[in-house]
Amino acid sequence: MDPIQKKILHEVADLDALPVGAYNIRANGKSAARNSTANIEIVTKEDKSGIDIIIKPNTVNESVHIPVIISETGLTELVYNDFYIGENSDVVIIAGCGIHNCGNGDSAHNGIHTFYVGKNAKVKYVEKHYGEGEGRGKRLMNPTTVIHLEDGAKMEMQASQIAGIDDTLRNTKAYLGNDAKLEINESVMTTGVQNAVSEFTADLNGENCSCNIVSRTVAKDSSTQHFTSRLNGNNVCSGHTECDSIIMDKASVLATPELQANSTEASLIHEAAIGKIAGEQLIKLMTLGLTEKQAEEQIISGFLK
Amino acid sequence: MLELQNVSYEIDGKTILKDINLKIDDHFVAVTGPNGSGKSTLAKIIAGILQPTSGKIFLDGEDITELSITDRANKGISYAFQQPVRFKGLTVKDLMRLSAGKETPYSTLCEMLNEVGLQSKNYINRSLDASLSGGELKRIEIAMIFARSSKLSLFDEPEAGIDLWSFQKLIGIFEKMVEQTKGNVIIISHQERILNIADKIIYLKDGTIAQYDVREKILPQLLDSITAD
Repeated sequence: MDPIQKKILHEVADLDALPVGAYNIRANGKSAARNSTANIEIVTKEDKSGIDIIIKPNTVNESVHIPVIISETGLTELVYNDFYIGENSDVVIIAGCGIHNCGNGDSAHNGIHTFYVGKNAKVKYVEKHYGEGEGRGKRLMNPTTVIHLEDGAKMEMQASQIAGIDDTLRNTKAYLGNDAKLEINESVMTTGVQNAVSEFTADLNGENCSCNIVSRTVAKDSSTQHFTSRLNGNNVCSGHTECDSIIMDKASVLATPELQANSTEASLIHEAAIGKIAGEQLIKLMTLGLTEKQAEEQIISGFLK
Repeated sequence: MLELQNVSYEIDGKTILKDINLKIDDHFVAVTGPNGSGKSTLAKIIAGILQPTSGKIFLDGEDITELSITDRANKGISYAFQQPVRFKGLTVKDLMRLSAGKETPYSTLCEMLNEVGLQSKNYINRSLDASLSGGELKRIEIAMIFARSSKLSLFDEPEAGIDLWSFQKLIGIFEKMVEQTKGNVIIISHQERILNIADKIIYLKDGTIAQYDVREKILPQLLDSITAD
């Protein structure tokens, strides 16, 4: 791996060496390193590009790293990664994609991740997207995440895209069984003329299932964002969705939360707030000795944390 | 030492402060007066949040009238807001660290929170958002000023919303602050118990200093006038 690839690996997965546990590192469209463990098997798909990650039932305290690195200009890829998480497991999955594009061709990663989370299993899924490079070619990222939670399954997803992605369509769909629980925290920052579209749909099908989707975004310069979050309450369930955005400069942010209750026992709430940084927040931090610019950076980094 | 020379502040044709001349070199100075007398405006002018329409402000002999909020903070002025600001995402620890300095050990930050009557383990990692009550925010605000340990600390009605917390503890903090910094603490307050610890009291009325003298002289008159009302 060259120094650029190593730097990207650090940005998206906090990795400076090969991780402990199962991993698959994909660099410029090819598998660069892979490790399966006794409980976690990673297999190349035969019918299309991508891998299957098969986690045995009752696997606890194990992790899987599957970072993707693109440093070749003009490379576009479509990858299918399917996760089969066995019953009663408790695992952490760290994905992430970084693009370094210093050429003139557009580089794009389209990743379709499907999770089949077995009964009473627990998953923490961390996904970080990052772009860099001085080339005129765009850095494009279109992640699709499909989540199937069986009865009693729990998933916590943390998705962040803080810098360097020119255009993104983030699509997340979830289907929840009885007593299933889904928690999603997304943070996005756009600058320049970047555009980010994020669409969430959660079907709350099972009895006593619940979901909480929180998106925090910062839109700077002339960038644009559109956040849609749709909850369908089909049973005794509870759902909450929140979109909170800081808007700056000449940016534009559209938030469209949607709720549909198909049961009298569904309890659904949405919140959306868009606004600039409050003047009193800046003043408070300035009275602690920060300059206005430092205060602004502090507020944004705290907000997106 | 803080000095104000002929400071006036007008907004929308209305005079809020009129020709204020003031020297503060005592450790505890309380500012009191009726609502709308200009107390908070005075504090904001000292902190640099508002610019006076005319007049000059000196800190230890240096003219700071044109200095920004940031520059004044770095020269040693701290200001506890009457209504503390909420931040989504920033935690108590973040704010305490910004106040105390990056190098301050975690344990010291915790001690400072305990000092204001907040069990640090329950608060240090919490976000300064709507989940905290007004009283909790107020105590965190005081802890931040305590952490800054600067030579001039301004408090705008620090006692509001913290009624359950013993006054003695609050007063103890002010005393500790003076002891550590050998500086000045200016407290805007209506509370007799706070006025009681002041070396001097400023009584503001209609934007002017109606009285400014040692506590022993002013406090009995103030209490008499309140009783008379």
